[in-house]
Amino acid sequence: MATETKESFSACVDAGGSALGMPQLCGEWFGNQIVWLVITLVVIYFILSRIALPRIAAVLAERSGTITNDIAAAEDLKQKAVEAEEAYQKALVDARAEANRIVAETKADIQKDLDKAIAEADAEIAARAAEGEKAIAEIREGAKEGAAAVAKDIAKDIVAAVAPGKIDAKSVTAAVTAKMKG
Amino acid sequence: MADEAKGGGELSFHPMDQFIVKPLFGDGPVGLFTITNVTLWMALTVLCIIGLFVLGTRSRAIVPSRTQSVAELGYGFIYKMVEDVSGKDGVKYFPYIMTLFLFIVFSNFLGLLPRSFTTTSHIAVTAVMAMGVFLFVTILGFVKHGAGFLSLFWISSAPLALRPILALIEVISYFVRPVSHSIRLAGNMMAGHAVIKVFASFAPLVLISTGVGLVVTPLSILAITAIYALEVLVSFIQAYVFAILTCVYLKDALHPHH
Repeated sequence: MATETKESFSACVDAGGSALGMPQLCGEWFGNQIVWLVITLVVIYFILSRIALPRIAAVLAERSGTITNDIAAAEDLKQKAVEAEEAYQKALVDARAEANRIVAETKADIQKDLDKAIAEADAEIAARAAEGEKAIAEIREGAKEGAAAVAKDIAKDIVAAVAPGKIDAKSVTAAVTAKMKG
Repeated sequence: MADEAKGGGELSFHPMDQFIVKPLFGDGPVGLFTITNVTLWMALTVLCIIGLFVLGTRSRAIVPSRTQSVAELGYGFIYKMVEDVSGKDGVKYFPYIMTLFLFIVFSNFLGLLPRSFTTTSHIAVTAVMAMGVFLFVTILGFVKHGAGFLSLFWISSAPLALRPILALIEVISYFVRPVSHSIRLAGNMMAGHAVIKVFASFAPLVLISTGVGLVVTPLSILAITAIYALEVLVSFIQAYVFAILTCVYLKDALHPHH
């Protein structure tokens, strides 16, 4: 075959350079393909196993580690936030209780002061009322005596005018006194 | 009309020419270490893998760039597959499976570029990989379990009378594995590319015979587009199938007891 033309070096190719039958079955090309295939596969294997795959594995591991850490940190922060809210609520409740206590105390104090002031005022009122009653009694006494003297004088004058010389002054006075008491 | 067409120029059908291995520099015989189009396209595969998995991940970012995302996605996809199919103890063989998967997937996709050469369409390439997997898992099975590895063929859950027959079937299917493993990939890639090429050969018909060509040319261009889309799917799926079958074989080697 090779002697047919000077161009064709292969038994699997005709003079025009076209394939004779299936090029896949051309035995004289097998060796070349196998040699280059083995070289290629070895090169790819070393590139992958020495550089590419460890690198990608490291990146993936780092990424999943970062994600795990971030999720853990987020969980932690969430826990802290919950704790902070609890502390805040507790402080709020305490403050409210304290405020209620202070209000009650103050109310009690005020009530005490008020009671005291009322009691003092009552006492003073009572004292003043007693004084007033006393003064009224004095005035009433004074008025009685005045009225008795006037009544005796008038009675003496009347008696003297009606029956002069018949009745003495003493008996008139006694009569008036008896009349006023009665 | 037909004679005129023949005289003016003929449709040329050479769908298999795209699979020819030829030296990259000058003409000459293809020796073992000759730099050929195989070398070129395999080197491009390596460059793509370096570009995606080494350059793409060089920033080692916690929040990945787009390229790094794709690399991580590929890593996670194959890693999970190995872990799910082969089990936890299969994970240490993950770099080997990753190597095979990436080589196949990039070769397949690079092969879809027009005028490119598809290394994975050659049985020589896929057979070497399949035999490599076959020998690796067989040796691994015997190293890990000794003669106990043979219990893979002795199905203890079946009735005793059936076991010898089942053992025979199991042995045959075990040795057919590398054949189906390699031909599945090479056949899929070759067939798809050849079909595209056949449709492409019909496309210039309008230049030769206007009447028929007006119908055939648009149809063939449509067909090329459709088959190309299918081939994009097939390229990925075949790489995935090769990788997952490797995982299944690895599982058999690690856990031969049914």
